[in-house]
Amino acid sequence: MILAQVIGPVVSTMKINQLDGYKLLRVRAVNPDGSFSGPSIVAVDTVQAGKGDTVVVIDEGGSAGVMLEVTGQPIRTVIAGIVDRIDTEERVQ
Amino acid sequence: MKIGRIIGSVVCEKKIESLSGVTLLLLQPLDDNYKEKGTPVVACDTVQAGTGDLVLYEGGREAALALDNWFNPSDASVVGIIDSLEDV
Repeated sequence: MILAQVIGPVVSTMKINQLDGYKLLRVRAVNPDGSFSGPSIVAVDTVQAGKGDTVVVIDEGGSAGVMLEVTGQPIRTVIAGIVDRIDTEERVQ
Repeated sequence: MKIGRIIGSVVCEKKIESLSGVTLLLLQPLDDNYKEKGTPVVACDTVQAGTGDLVLYEGGREAALALDNWFNPSDASVVGIIDSLEDV
């Protein structure tokens, strides 16, 4: 799973029916210190994450299916949790 | 899912059986600022997207699963037309 930040919602009414009912949020991968570390992708939100939240994102088909309790769906990117805090050992230089 | 823009369509009279009846679109991947990035790809359409539409698309295995007959070799499929983005 990856750490990412929610950039903002994506509204799409004309979409495949497997995506019906899901809220879509654009997220962008971040390093633990919050700096961006990758391109933005669009994820299915299941935890009511909001703009600016740091979230844990699954970006793999099998796991996404398990999360949504479906199989064989064309969905691979799902938000699994909203991060409250990240504790890391201070790196000794 | 990723964001791209439809810049045209690709017509193939002769193509493999599992893609018959599937509309092929020319899709330009976009970066975080919705600027063109990378080379256009040929994507299968599932939502009647038209040229100029901002779309969501899926790659990899999920692209094939987006089509009715999921046993097909697609590695890029349009899965939604974007109405609005509230972060720009």
